[in-house]
Amino acid sequence: MYEFAYHKPGSLADATAALNSAADGKLMAGGQTLIPTLKQRLAQPSDVIDLGGIGELSGISVSGDAVKIGATTRHAAVAASGEVASAIPALAKLAGGIGDPQVRNMGTIGGSIANNDPAADYPSAVLGLGATVSTNKREIAADDFFTGMFETALAEDEIITGVSFPVPQKAGYVKFPNPASRYAMVGVFVSQGGGGVRVAVTGAGPCVYRHADMEAVLSGNFSSGALASVATSADGLNADIHASAEYRAHLVGVMARRAVDQANG
Amino acid sequence: MPTVSMTVNGKSVSKDVEDRTLLVQFLRQDLGLTGTHVGCDTSQCGACVVHIDGRSVKSCTMLAAQCDGSDVTTIEGLATNGELHPMQQAFMDNHGLQCGFCTPGMVMSAVDLVKNHPNADEATIRAELEGNICRCTGYHNIVKAVQQAAKAMGG
Ligand SMILES: Cc1cc2nc3c(=O)[nH]c(=O)nc-3n(C[C@H](O)[C@H](O)[C@H](O)COP(=O)(O)OP(=O)(O)OC[C@H]3O[C@@H](n4cnc5c(N)ncnc54)[C@H](O)[C@@H]3O)c2cc1C
Ligand code: FES
Ligand code: FES
Repeated sequence: MYEFAYHKPGSLADATAALNSAADGKLMAGGQTLIPTLKQRLAQPSDVIDLGGIGELSGISVSGDAVKIGATTRHAAVAASGEVASAIPALAKLAGGIGDPQVRNMGTIGGSIANNDPAADYPSAVLGLGATVSTNKREIAADDFFTGMFETALAEDEIITGVSFPVPQKAGYVKFPNPASRYAMVGVFVSQGGGGVRVAVTGAGPCVYRHADMEAVLSGNFSSGALASVATSADGLNADIHASAEYRAHLVGVMARRAVDQANG
Repeated sequence: MPTVSMTVNGKSVSKDVEDRTLLVQFLRQDLGLTGTHVGCDTSQCGACVVHIDGRSVKSCTMLAAQCDGSDVTTIEGLATNGELHPMQQAFMDNHGLQCGFCTPGMVMSAVDLVKNHPNADEATIRAELEGNICRCTGYHNIVKAVQQAAKAMGG
């Protein structure tokens, strides 16, 4: 690791100030992506600003129509939350399937979506439920948040404060985990709610995306059988040592059918 | 250099360390607690698992500075008055280790898993040990050890 100065501000205002006064500051939440990156010397920030000391950024609140999760809420807390499990069971299940228990004891929702790894789980829930991301500056709709591979709409000095998920009528999430890391080779999040049907695919392409053909078919008939008529093209999908683009395209169909079955309970 | 203070295995410690010091370096190099191992250094193997304020974490993927003010337990802190913790005893009784390299992390993860799932069945134990890799045992005897310890720990 290169040298850096560590800061642990106690408030959002202090965090913003630390970020703005640093030559090349980097936020840290759970550190489960950032610390491995620093260890590999793939990043060389002058300052690391730990969000872990800002109490207001952590916590879960469920009102009738929304589940709000603070940015530094750990995966383990979401997975163990009875409130989340009863409002949006698929979301609690998704959190409980991230990595391993030790990663879930540190990793946070804000860190996961800010990082926007093409194979991460949370981005599919944010996009698949049509959530809203809150920052210290504004609110960003899920459809505008994920802009490309490891890219988001966040400005350099923008800090995610939380995510608000509208409670759907039904939702399901199934992934085919990479057996080593548990990241999604392909994961599909489906939901049916006030905003209609949404289908979000992670792991398959360079960035999480909505599957418009599946959404159209499921809007008429929300059943896994209806998906038989929808093909997924391998064009532009990821190919690596784990799977070819064709294999991933096939998995999108399989995971989507299983996710719909899960949503239909 | 900034000072980092924490409680490790019940004792208060305070050291001046660089901000980039990892918790596992702090434990092994600054405190001489070499029971916590480094297997992969890439956050995957779990040999470095310790407890911070009661939660199991990978000490190779945390800064010592992040733990300032925390309560840390390492494998050295499990035995009481020379008597092995039930989890350590169960690993011994069930031949849950061969070379022993993964064992400190395995035991620390297992203690946390039994705390969270006192009546864990075999499938749960295997799923909860997802973050710990063992190249020797094939896991079978580790799972048996955790089952024995869970009973001994009152599950
Ligand atoms: C072994 C292993 C297995 C894993 N398996 C999975 C898996 O199966 N599925 C999965 O989805 N993920 C997986 N992960 C990643 C894990 O979920 C991380 O916790 C997550 O990607 C990053 O969250 P973090 O809180 O650790 O963020 P950090 O590592 O602290 O930060 C990541 C990035 O986000 C930025 N950031 C953090 N918080 C904020 C904020 N509030 N506002 C703006 N920017 C912010 C940081 O500056 C940094 O660039 C795995 C990680 C490991 C080590
Ligand atoms: S050394 Fe920490 S996970 Fe392998
Ligand atoms: S006993 Fe040798 S790695 Fe587990």
